[in-house]
Amino acid sequence: MIEDISLTQILTVSTLMFFIGVYGFLTRKNMISMLISVEIMLNAVNINFVAVNKYLHPQALEGHFFTLFIIAIAAAEAAVAIAIFINLYRSINSIDVDDVTEMKY
Amino acid sequence: MSAGEFTFYLLSAVILIFSVMAVSSRKLLRAAIYLLFVLVSVAVFYLILDYLFLAAVQVVVYMGGILVLIIFSILLTSHLAERLPVVPTWTVIVTSITTIIGAGVVLSILYEQKLIASLGKAGTYDVETIGKSLLSYEKLGYVLPFEVISILLLAALVAAIVIAKKPKGSKSIEQ
Repeated sequence: MIEDISLTQILTVSTLMFFIGVYGFLTRKNMISMLISVEIMLNAVNINFVAVNKYLHPQALEGHFFTLFIIAIAAAEAAVAIAIFINLYRSINSIDVDDVTEMKY
Repeated sequence: MSAGEFTFYLLSAVILIFSVMAVSSRKLLRAAIYLLFVLVSVAVFYLILDYLFLAAVQVVVYMGGILVLIIFSILLTSHLAERLPVVPTWTVIVTSITTIIGAGVVLSILYEQKLIASLGKAGTYDVETIGKSLLSYEKLGYVLPFEVISILLLAALVAAIVIAKKPKGSKSIEQ
């Protein structure tokens, strides 16, 4: 636990970080930018889990394990997403969401 | 101002400023580097909360894996001098209003709650405890999610290879 810092302050920071990610996800059209925004949102959620674990249930490790599994799933998601980007770039020469009008070739 | 407060405010400022820069930068490679700073600060955040293993995992998986993949795909799919298109003003206004309303709702609910920190003694978070509890099948053991996620990672690996493989008989676009 950080001295003199309450749980509410940490959750405020993670809320703001999450909505910055939402803003980036909604404004950008480039798929890699959108992936970066998703990573920011996932990190905000991870901070939430860890802080609640540490402040409200310091004996338990549940939030810790949820964060571990979220990181693993984020890695799998990034790998598949980037494979899709490379395939899209090869077939339509662009990775803007507006240019993708069909999912099969 | 105590040391804890100073560290926390500095860290939050770094996280928030670099998050904003990562989503608003018009150069993709710079956005990825700003994301790197955000990830480093989150790892430091885990460190000062005593989650050493989690900080190590964050550094290894996010910075060593995901960020390298992102930079790799930026270099493969876009020209370095190219800038992202300017977001239309109308989109910026509407999206800002939406996100500010969303953040306002969440924060107003958050500030109504009385979250009182537990005074219980902190548990041990060393690697031995974590490893034993990941592979235990008793109460609060995580062996089933652990096995499921290993299969998920294998499936994602195979899927990434299959998707990125050149389709049979197709010609690649000539530059």
